[in-house]
Amino acid sequence: MEANEDQQLQTIAQAIRQSVVLMLLESGSGHSAGSLGMADVFTALYFGNVVRHDPTQPDWPERDRVMLSNGHICPVLYATLAEANYFSKEELHSLRKFNSRLQGHPHLGSLPGIENTSGPLGQGLSQALGLALAFKMDTLPNRVYCLLSDGEHQEGQTWEAYQFGAAKKLDNVTALIDRNNIQIDGFTEQVMPIEPLEEKITSFGWQVFEVDGHNISAVIEACNHARAIHDRPTAIICNTIPGKGVEFMENLPEWHGKTPTLPDTIEAVQQIRSLQNRIQW
Amino acid sequence: MLATRDGVGRALLELGKTNPQVVVLTADLAESTKVEEFAKKFPQRFIEVGVAEQNMAGTAAGLAIGKKIPFITSYGVFSPGLNWGVIRSAIAYSNLPVKIIGGHSGLATGPDGATHQALEDIALMRALPNMIVLAPADEEEAFQATLAAAQHSGPVYIRTSKLPVERVTTEKKPFEMGRAQVLKQGSDVTIIAHGTMVARAITASKLLEHIAISARIINSPSIKPLDKTTILQAFRQTQAVVVVEDHQVAGGLGSAIAELLSQETIRAPFKILGIQDSFGESGTPDELYQKHELTAEHITEVVSGLFHSST
Repeated sequence: MEANEDQQLQTIAQAIRQSVVLMLLESGSGHSAGSLGMADVFTALYFGNVVRHDPTQPDWPERDRVMLSNGHICPVLYATLAEANYFSKEELHSLRKFNSRLQGHPHLGSLPGIENTSGPLGQGLSQALGLALAFKMDTLPNRVYCLLSDGEHQEGQTWEAYQFGAAKKLDNVTALIDRNNIQIDGFTEQVMPIEPLEEKITSFGWQVFEVDGHNISAVIEACNHARAIHDRPTAIICNTIPGKGVEFMENLPEWHGKTPTLPDTIEAVQQIRSLQNRIQW
Repeated sequence: MLATRDGVGRALLELGKTNPQVVVLTADLAESTKVEEFAKKFPQRFIEVGVAEQNMAGTAAGLAIGKKIPFITSYGVFSPGLNWGVIRSAIAYSNLPVKIIGGHSGLATGPDGATHQALEDIALMRALPNMIVLAPADEEEAFQATLAAAQHSGPVYIRTSKLPVERVTTEKKPFEMGRAQVLKQGSDVTIIAHGTMVARAITASKLLEHIAISARIINSPSIKPLDKTTILQAFRQTQAVVVVEDHQVAGGLGSAIAELLSQETIRAPFKILGIQDSFGESGTPDELYQKHELTAEHITEVVSGLFHSST
């Protein structure tokens, strides 16, 4: 990737992070850590020519689909969609409010760009695979991208889905796993270990890649690589830092489901603005 | 004699020929949910998911987003019994046209015992917004209900049974969502039933004739939405109403009717006969109906008692 292009993507990721922090300040409830941690992955998907999409036609039949399984990080999805002009950034401030299209967890049909309903963990991969199967039945070339949390690998349904995806050879699916090591009750390996994750998913018959989830070009490259794999679906384990970009939130499980106060937000926004070129992309 | 599950199987074969959007999923129960023929005739549109009911419901939601009309088939105790949360958020809340076929309902399931006798499925599904809940009485009605479900734009639950029952509905009065059918006119009392209990209600009405009680028989396969007009008319025009169902009293058709009455000013002697807050057990359906007082004789006794106390 050109250095210039990389710079542009970094700028977009910072803008998404800023939106996330501001919208969470205003909503007063929601999930900060995962939303910030996945800003680079969402930037890669929507702005790195990974997902075929057109914000002016959210229902474009030829679009690829992005399905969020861990619905609680929807602030980053909403912020990304607004950054891509699916709707105005103004509307981000309605997150979790009465009459808002930005429901606390995503609802299919409420907002342009939302492709599935999620919130209860463990359900998204099944939905993604079902849609991918429908595309295969109709010999359509659309791809399905499914974003999952690491914690929801404790749900049995996630593994039912892995089993199904391999059995039906759904190579038009790319799952991206936010491996940030935290969940509400603490660190995943303390709450209920999910390792060895890569070996487990590989043994279920999937192609697995592991990337630095803050390296936008690495995420793009892995997604492009997945497109070239036939006869099996691909999972990309994205190693991320929860709360990435806001030092006092990073790696702390307590920020999983907490929102910033006004002083927190001021500091967070300053830190996010100074992030440019500070992270090794 | 055939069972309601046979009607679903026959309808799916028909839909296989007429509606290319229809796909059928099963969780390792193709033979006993009667979708084996569909699987043979339309292998490209048949999806075996293995013993994984939650994934089946989620996959069906995805297929529906991809413009398919998925029918997911299992036993009621597994689907919606085990995958209700997936049905709730991924199917009902998204209002997707997934059709859920819950087989082996009620004590009619017999020897398999309590674990396999779905007695709570109507309660589970009736509570979900957007969900249509149907419990056909015979093979023909199950056939028609399945065809109607495919036409409906949202999710539908169809409760079926493995117990062969005599034909009680007629082709002259085809199944309609939201419609109950008066199978027999009567002026003294009304018996409202669904599923396997309809045939027993008809037998009870014949026994009641011997003791000079004229019983109206209403088949109410559409539990949600209810046919309010036909049901309220029964409360207005007859002295007493008894609901009979092979389901827990809590949350079934009787509950739905009690909820309807709570919004109306009509009052009439009313009783719900069903399973009284207990699990089933192994035995023949007849033995179980005897124990839980759901035979034609028991129905007759309750109805006549209620009628005499009201006059």
